[in-house]
Amino acid sequence: MNNLAELEMSIGVIAAEGRAAIEKAGSPDECEQLRVALLGRKGRVTTLFAEMRNFSDGDRPKAGLLLNQLRGQLESQLEAKGTELSSARLQDQLIAEGIDVTLPGRPAHLGHLHIITQTLREIYAIFQQMGYQIVQTPEVETDEMNFQLLNFPPDHPAREMQSTFLTKQEGVILRTHTSPGQIRVMRENCPEPVRAILPGKCYRYEQITPRSEIQFEQVEGIAVGEQITMADLKGVLTEFARQMFGDATKIKLRGSYFPFTEPSIEVDVTCILCKGKGCRICKGSGWLEILGSGMVHPVVLKNGGYDPEKYSGFAFGMGPARIAMLKYQIEDIRLLLGNDLRFLKQF
Amino acid sequence: MLVPIRWLKEYVEIPVSVEELAHRLTMAGVEVASIEKIPSGEVDWKDIIVGQIVAVERHPNADRLSIAKVNCGDGVLTSVTGAPNIKVGMKDLKVAVAKLGARIMNAYATEPTTPVTIQVQAATLRGVDSQVVLCSEKELGLSDDHTDVMLLEKDATVGAALVDLLGDQVLEIELTPNLGRCLSVIGIAREVAALTGSKLHIKSPKWKTSDEPSEGQAKIEILDDALCPRYSAALIKGVKIKEAPFWMRYRLMLAGMRPINSIVDISNYVMLEWGQPLHAFDYDKLVGRAGGKHPGIIIRRAQAGEKLVTLDKIERQLTDEMLMICDEKGPIALAGVMGGLETEVSGSTKNILLESANFHAINNRKTAMALLLPSEASQRYTRGVPPESTELGAMRAADLMRQISRGTIARGLLDVYPKPRQPKIISLPIREVKRLLGIEMSAKEISEILKRLEFKSRKVKENLEVSVPYYRLDVEIPADLIEEVARVIGYDRLPSTLMSDRLPPQKRNRSQEMEERVRDLLAGMGLTEVVNYSLTNLASLSKLDPSGKMASGAFVELANPISTERSVMRSTLMNGLLESVAVNQRHQDHIGIFEVGRIFLSNPESHDGLPDEPRRIGIALAGSQEEASWTEPSQFVDFYALTGAIEALFSRLGLSKAVHISTQHPTFHPGRSAEIRLGNLKLGVLGEAHPEVAAKFDLRGRVYLAELDLETLIAHATEIKCYEPLPRFPGIRQDIAVVVDLNLPAKRIEDLIRREGGELLRELTLFDVYEGKPLPDGKKSLAYALDYRADERTLKDEEAQAIHLRIQSAVEKELSAQVRGAGG
Repeated sequence: MNNLAELEMSIGVIAAEGRAAIEKAGSPDECEQLRVALLGRKGRVTTLFAEMRNFSDGDRPKAGLLLNQLRGQLESQLEAKGTELSSARLQDQLIAEGIDVTLPGRPAHLGHLHIITQTLREIYAIFQQMGYQIVQTPEVETDEMNFQLLNFPPDHPAREMQSTFLTKQEGVILRTHTSPGQIRVMRENCPEPVRAILPGKCYRYEQITPRSEIQFEQVEGIAVGEQITMADLKGVLTEFARQMFGDATKIKLRGSYFPFTEPSIEVDVTCILCKGKGCRICKGSGWLEILGSGMVHPVVLKNGGYDPEKYSGFAFGMGPARIAMLKYQIEDIRLLLGNDLRFLKQF
Repeated sequence: MLVPIRWLKEYVEIPVSVEELAHRLTMAGVEVASIEKIPSGEVDWKDIIVGQIVAVERHPNADRLSIAKVNCGDGVLTSVTGAPNIKVGMKDLKVAVAKLGARIMNAYATEPTTPVTIQVQAATLRGVDSQVVLCSEKELGLSDDHTDVMLLEKDATVGAALVDLLGDQVLEIELTPNLGRCLSVIGIAREVAALTGSKLHIKSPKWKTSDEPSEGQAKIEILDDALCPRYSAALIKGVKIKEAPFWMRYRLMLAGMRPINSIVDISNYVMLEWGQPLHAFDYDKLVGRAGGKHPGIIIRRAQAGEKLVTLDKIERQLTDEMLMICDEKGPIALAGVMGGLETEVSGSTKNILLESANFHAINNRKTAMALLLPSEASQRYTRGVPPESTELGAMRAADLMRQISRGTIARGLLDVYPKPRQPKIISLPIREVKRLLGIEMSAKEISEILKRLEFKSRKVKENLEVSVPYYRLDVEIPADLIEEVARVIGYDRLPSTLMSDRLPPQKRNRSQEMEERVRDLLAGMGLTEVVNYSLTNLASLSKLDPSGKMASGAFVELANPISTERSVMRSTLMNGLLESVAVNQRHQDHIGIFEVGRIFLSNPESHDGLPDEPRRIGIALAGSQEEASWTEPSQFVDFYALTGAIEALFSRLGLSKAVHISTQHPTFHPGRSAEIRLGNLKLGVLGEAHPEVAAKFDLRGRVYLAELDLETLIAHATEIKCYEPLPRFPGIRQDIAVVVDLNLPAKRIEDLIRREGGELLRELTLFDVYEGKPLPDGKKSLAYALDYRADERTLKDEEAQAIHLRIQSAVEKELSAQVRGAGG
């Protein structure tokens, strides 16, 4: 072959036959066979390229151009077909691999921390960021630490507020509150200022009912320094209540009595359930009693080693059980020590 | 303390609503627990009026009933009644008449299904029409008494609405131990005046006496003036004992006391009014005991062996701790606790020796508690009664006895007061208010607030010299005055401030952090935290040892347990955990629990007698390996589930060097128990609960249990010191399978391989344990993957091969093992 007309005719035939064959191809393998037959070393297009040497110098560029066009055309048709075929195959495969996504997942084995542990940690976090240190003190205490040094003389009627378990060892009891830790932490730190929270188990001789337990957790807080006022106490407790129960929470201070604080107050917070409107939990008052507090009694400061004319301080005590019970509307305190996994695994 | 508002108003104006008053009292520390409305909400006394009985006739058809004609102001109506106090022929009695349609309490509502209230309807009783009901206290909702018709004040206006006569509100006040002064209506009135700024109308008691002097008619001698600082007595002669007047009985009733007779009621009334307990002796009985002479009253401690029969007819054994009122013959009353039966006032009593005394608070409380006799008097003495009020109480009660019981008062109070109290003056630095409350107040402001509470003050330089009212036994130091100031202005008026005091140096509490970390790690492994009682019992503890042996003496035992079940402080977490497993096995297949808490070991060496309280970690596993799921077949937990958890815990605490070795422990299966050691230190025990132990705790299936000593763990936990660089050169992995005797511990094989492998052996992983065919009986095969690697070069095959061969021959020689498939 040596003329353009003939070449153009051949190109037309190859282009038409090639396109038809490519369109018919059913698999990537067939595409590959067609590529070899058309564009391979002995392929039809390659063979035509070989004919170019028979062309005149004038026609050769034109012939090359036409052949290159043909090759380009076929290459892109083959590629398009190949892509189409492999994506269809992938599609089929993906469809075949479908699973039931609604089946439950393979369980991840995560345990549960006790609700009281979780509540304690919330309390710790709030006070730690205010510079309070966590200190653990003994659960079995001397009568002296638990009562006398806290300004409860022997046989004082205030002791009736805290019925006590006695051990067979004279003068050794189960602590009825975390307050003896006040004396311990003051004696440890005197004359440095103190800011500490003292968590731990306490025990009281009471009938076990849905509302009272013989064993419960308490968190004591104490701050002692040279410029600590009751307004500071109010500030700290306001901040605690806000962080623990939500930004809108307000506190209310009511006069009260504890032998180891003077003045003594009870602290109420706006009901966490009704936000102060009045509901069943707060018995319609809009307020919940949450902790007892006050300025450390001068006698207690002195027993802790501080000069009450120079130093002052405040202390407070709260029950994580009460907080958790209010928060989760738990109506029976006995669930907390019942260790029923159906209860524990809810938290 | 129950305080009827109408009574309270006798001493103070109440310029606010009762609700507001209750709120102010509560905010100031005098907690009003409730406001009881009289009538209660269930009946409103609408259509109940004051009626006058004009005649009572016999019922023609019933012996037990009578017919009362009642003037109701707008006409005379008939009532058929069976009340025993409405007798034929009576007239002029004033009664509460419930007219047609009025709602009254159903006196016969005994079943929960019967209505609580009923509406008065016209009825015909045995042929006689009854138009109105003459109400009992119960029908009016005032008490549970339905025997008699309630008789009203003689001068009550006929036709008046009952609610105008008797309607009231009663404050129920819960008093903290410092509020002894509020155990009286006058005490509450003083609080009301201070908190509302209104005026008090308290009249100091006065009495009208006869010319006959009391002196000489009785002699008082205090032998123990620490326990009895003051003893006063009045002599009232010629009293007629009858019922107290209606107004007094009604007030007593609202205040929660049962009326008895005029003398007892007056004593109680004055106690409620002034807070001063009183006791009336029958003077003639005292004279009788003295053989006709003037009696001598001696206040002394009981002597050993003395006895007294108290008013409740019980013979009391006395101890020398108890303060007694005696005469020459012996005890006649338990001072401030209860009177004696022999000298009690009776219906025929004519002459009264009225005791108004002051007793030591704590001694009084001890006696009342020892004899289990909590009384109204003792309740007041234990919270403190000022000695000044003996005189007020005696005069007030004696004069009421003169007016009501028609007695004559002998002139002069018999009064022994050996050491009169000096008025208390407290020097209050003015800056204390600012220092403790954080608010600026002038001396004048402070002084005015204190004045509302009847404290008088005078400024002397930088201080206020404050004189304390006699009845404020609770105020002793400047801080007490600060509290008074704060509660009167209201705690809500204090500002909230940020602490300006120096922040103490911040220290971490590593021990507590580690405790929390242990909790997180165990929960991260799928275990759930439990909290058991620290109080347990010896029977439960002894279940941990099937042989029944249980060390004694180391326990912290309670002297006053609430039940035998909770009588000893726990010395281990194990029995509690096994009990928790048992509780949950009723409804759980998979149980994985842990506890972190203290145990209590008595320590004879401790200087203060306190036990040691080390913290322990307890873990228990039972049932299926995991919670049931469709994704994997359920498998039972086994020993290695427990050791796996503990190994993971130790590895995270930097205690990888800890090992567990077989041990014998009574709680555990002898072939499935181990001790965890770090060098020579014991860290804990673990294993499968012994079948006999499991049976004693009612456990199902195999239960795995561990107890670790948290204190030792914390002491030896290490933090990562330096990271290990990632390998830069490839290593060589070779496997080895070792066939050994079945009972050879794997640890020996591992130790040997590691020893021979030296530092080029970087990892040793057991990947298969096999016993059975084709292995001979009594043999097992353990297959390990060994990774060899050098840090600074590529290890040559020959080098690895040499070590591997060395290991093989050592294993063969030292453990008589057969090595299979020496791969590479």
